This record gives sequence, structure tokens and C-alpha cells, in this order.
Amino acid sequence: MGRVSVSPAETEQPAAAEETFAVPEPDLPWVTLVHNDPVNLMSYVAYVFQAYFGYSKEKANKLMLDVHHKGRAVVSSGSREEMERDVQAMHGYGLWATLQQDRA
Amino acid sequence: MAGYFEPTEKGAAAALDAVEISIIRSLAVQLLELIGPGDDHLGDDPLAELFAEGPSEAPTDPVLRRLFPDAYADPATAATAQEAEELRARSAEFRRFTENDLRAAKRESALLVVRTLDAVPVDSEGGGTVELTPDQSRQWIGALNDLRLAIAARLDLRDESDTDELFQLPDSDPRKPMVIAQLWLAGLQESLIETLTAGG
Repeated sequence: MGRVSVSPAETEQPAAAEETFAVPEPDLPWVTLVHNDPVNLMSYVAYVFQAYFGYSKEKANKLMLDVHHKGRAVVSSGSREEMERDVQAMHGYGLWATLQQDRA
Repeated sequence: MAGYFEPTEKGAAAALDAVEISIIRSLAVQLLELIGPGDDHLGDDPLAELFAEGPSEAPTDPVLRRLFPDAYADPATAATAQEAEELRARSAEFRRFTENDLRAAKRESALLVVRTLDAVPVDSEGGGTVELTPDQSRQWIGALNDLRLAIAARLDLRDESDTDELFQLPDSDPRKPMVIAQLWLAGLQESLIETLTAGG
């Protein structure tokens, strides 16, 4: 989120675009997404973001509102291993979370 | 039903009547039965436990599916067959290495709920006050959330419109008691969260 990835300068061949789609860029960061669901209380989601990530009350509330209104929000980013750890923790709290490579 | 948590010097406390105690207890016991036994079958060998792998397939029960979701996106959303296969493989691998631990943690929280309820000194009518330390409160909050997720999965609650519909069910509907329990548990959980976050 808000990160600018440096793409290689070799954009001459049009065929290259299709190929990079199938093979993910190894240096793109991974992100943890939390998805909206009708069960988890807004106060609980904000509480989890504060308790697990150590986010401020303001940041936790903003992310919770993003999840609620936009359907999902990026709550952390880093290596694939780190994001798997975060996703496991979110599942432990009962939040619906997935990880993916940041395509932004 | 009106039992909610209030902050105390020690942590949090809620005065619950016999019905409320028995609702939470029986839901927690049902969840324990659903999550299943621990790794006891592995015996006393600590290495066996360490290297025991979890399942690679998602559970078929809707409650367990919700409690232990896939960690990678639904393969059905993939752009190519290759990408779909990769998502499937990664979710399976994640499950093998995490589901046992997740099950153990959820089991522990549900067990703590049962044990604290069983330790409540009850009056002649079977009611009593549950007292929790902040650490116990954190586990209770997670366990109450698991109970609510379990009820929602059983009621097939998927989005907000389902919720609205359920709240307007006639009293004769067999799902009505579960919906009322769900509402009360939400209030109970919320009141317990407030004892930890108030003023913070």
C-alpha cells in the first residue's frame, strides 16, 4: 500500500507483459488482508489490531473502518513468512485474513 | 437476559444467572467437541508432537471452515490454472503447519471458559458472578468470538442482510433462540472488550 515498485526498464516487447503475469515478481512485498464479515464486532476488530500489531487506537480504528466499508484492508506488509505469521495470528483471533503479493 | 461485564479492581466481573451460565458453558463444550481432542494420541513423545503435521484439506464442517479458513485467496479467483494450483498448494501447506496449533489455542480458550464458569460460586438459584483477570479476559474475548462465529456458521450468516433478516424472525422460528443468544453474546463480548480498552 502506497509503495512504489521499481519495474525493470525492458518494456519494449509486448509479449513480456503476459509472461510476468504468471510468474510473480520475487521482490514485490507480501501483504496481509483482513476481510469484512458480518459477525466480528467493530470494537473487536479494532481491539485485535491494537493488541496484535500494537497499532495506535486511531490507526486500528481507521483500518477497522476500511475493512467494514471497503470489504477488506491491508493490515501489514513484509516477507511471505512474516505475512503467514500475521495471517495465522488473525485466524487465531477469528478474523478472516489472507496473504498475497502486493500488486499495487 | 442482561448479564454484562463491568470493570473491577481485579479486572472484570459479570453477574450471570443460571440460564446464562448454562448457555455459555454448553456452547463452549459443543465447540470443544467440534474442534476435537488434542495431540494426546501421540503419547508422551515430545518429538512426535513437534513433527506432527496437520491436515492439508479444509474442514468440511461449516463452523470449522470458518474458524480455520484458507490463508491464500480462493483458487476460483485466479487468472490462470497455474495460479489457481499455486494458491491451492500454498493454502494446503499453510494448513499442514498451522491448523494443529490454531486448534490447540482455540481449545485452550474454550476450556478456560468452561473452567471459570465451573468455579463460579453459585447462589441458591444457580446464578453467580464470573470474575476475570485481564489475561483471562483476553482469552474469554477470543472464546466468545469463536462461539459467535460458530453460531453464525450454523445459522448460515454470510452478510449483513442475512443478519437483518434473522433479527426479524417470528418467535415461532426454531432459529430464534440462537439469534437471541447471538445478540446477547455480542453484548457480553463488547462489554468485556470495554473493560480492557476504556480510557486507553
